[in-house]
Amino acid sequence: MFNYILRRVLIALPSLLGISAILYGVLALAPGDPFEELAQNPNVPPEVRLALRAQFGLDDPIWQRYFHWLVNMMRGDWGFSFVSRIDVDTLIMQRLPVTIAVIGMAQLLALLVAIPVGVLAAVKPYSWFDRIASSVAFIGFSLPTFFTGVLFILFFSIYLGWLPFVYRADLSETGFAWWVAQFKQSIMPITVLGLFQAASMMRYVRSSVLDVIRLDYVTTARSKGLAESVVINKHVVRNALIPVVTLVALQMPAVFGGAIVTEQIFRIPGIGSLLIDAILRNDTPVIMAVTFVFSTLVIVFNLIADILYGWLDPRISYS
Amino acid sequence: MSVSPWVDAWRRFKRHRLAYWSLWLLGALVLAVLIGPIFYKVGINDIDFKARLAGPSVLHPLGTDDLGRDLLARVLYGGRISLAVGLAAMLMAITVGVLIGALAGISRGWVDTALMWLTDLFLSLPQLPLLLLLIFLFREPLKQAFGLEVGIFILIVVVIGGFRWMPVARLVRAQFFSLREKEFVEAARALGASTTRQVVRHILPNSLGPVIVAATIDVAAAIIAESTLSFLGLGFPPDIPTWGRILYDGRDYMDIAAHWALFPGIAIFLTVLTINFIGDGLRDALDPRRVL
Repeated sequence: MFNYILRRVLIALPSLLGISAILYGVLALAPGDPFEELAQNPNVPPEVRLALRAQFGLDDPIWQRYFHWLVNMMRGDWGFSFVSRIDVDTLIMQRLPVTIAVIGMAQLLALLVAIPVGVLAAVKPYSWFDRIASSVAFIGFSLPTFFTGVLFILFFSIYLGWLPFVYRADLSETGFAWWVAQFKQSIMPITVLGLFQAASMMRYVRSSVLDVIRLDYVTTARSKGLAESVVINKHVVRNALIPVVTLVALQMPAVFGGAIVTEQIFRIPGIGSLLIDAILRNDTPVIMAVTFVFSTLVIVFNLIADILYGWLDPRISYS
Repeated sequence: MSVSPWVDAWRRFKRHRLAYWSLWLLGALVLAVLIGPIFYKVGINDIDFKARLAGPSVLHPLGTDDLGRDLLARVLYGGRISLAVGLAAMLMAITVGVLIGALAGISRGWVDTALMWLTDLFLSLPQLPLLLLLIFLFREPLKQAFGLEVGIFILIVVVIGGFRWMPVARLVRAQFFSLREKEFVEAARALGASTTRQVVRHILPNSLGPVIVAATIDVAAAIIAESTLSFLGLGFPPDIPTWGRILYDGRDYMDIAAHWALFPGIAIFLTVLTINFIGDGLRDALDPRRVL
């Protein structure tokens, strides 16, 4: 098992390096200069600008700059935000927990909805329940998150007036009231993101259960006289969920995309909205760092899924 | 008995009711977007000061925005851009995907390993952040090189297309792996057909079914991606009304003029939903295993 994990980590590392190289390459190939702003600023003399360029090593060859950047990233020196005037890693650490919490809760909600619905739909394929569930799932992933978010705000915040549509990190309530307020402001973002995930996940679960339910060992279990609920829960679902783990991991890039949009709609102070703000304000160090954090998170989640897969499925050899 | 495979596929497609009706609805939408502006002669930038933020009426069937511009005209115009972006990005993704998949599938060995590593690497890239990064970096130079609209169009199509080819490449590679061992390809090989001829005449046409399905779904995905970019304020510039952009502009006025955000949203939703249903119907129709 340890060897298996080690091998997976060793496969993940080159991917991370590859992604960092692509990111850096894109930035280096792009026309424009991070010090362009300074060039237009009449208060900064050209000598200072040239000195800054030399100090940041912008005149070195590209591989040297990449290597330098990589070493700095690994040492935790992620640069300095032009706009916020604080270190980029401090800024990201402030914002990251909110994003992780929203994504985590949304995934949990998606699993809680998708697994039961997908299993029920597959147990009786082409029944009325299956038809309705499949149609709703189709509608679900045809609705882009930004439109669902807008619809939710329109209905729950403006028409009914039940929920606040701006997420506030600094709630004034304390104690129990804080939890209530936190809950109320989190419902909409989490539901928007979670239901979008649930729609495609439900289809995976359904087709995976359909694949398993036809296998011989299920027939054997039935002919032993086991109750249908035992057959489904203990024999079918357990095995059907193994491939779903991989599919969920493959969805992670899309989840982060959805999170950026959701954070933007509900003004949640996470790293997604940080990225958008940074892009709109040309804050290059923050843009690079946030994109790199997103890439790292995707790789980490893929790694976790790989390891989970190996743990869940004894057919995979660890050697 | 001697029905051509396409007629046969069309028959099976018609059996998928939702897909069949989606085809009609999508056709109507496309037709409205293409020829609508010929009959509905209201400019996208004509300002009607007497009707600002007005709801749907006879004069303005979908209402107006904060400057009194007609929303029907803007939604029709935006539809052209959204559909053009969707189709162009799909073509880009399919071309790259088929090329890489075919190359990997036919050459095997280290070329295959390297190309699949690249495919997996692209699959694990966080797409939206990278899309945003690329647009941030390359927007200005392309705007200067090709002009405002064309520059942004090229950028968005290339970037969206460049992030959607991986599933197609994997699909084509898998098809190649199974098809090149089939008897009819072996027969062609035995008759002395060159590798190029085997690929172009025998393998590629037979792997087309799943590619067509993927292409359909890709149009929908590209439309969503473009709307998302516009919605984040990083797509087309504000004076070009794409569906995502109109929705983004209308979002701040939802409490007093809900129609402004609703109509472009419904347009995106209907287009994407019908395309997805058609893709589902095509999968049933073109799947050679024919599970029904």
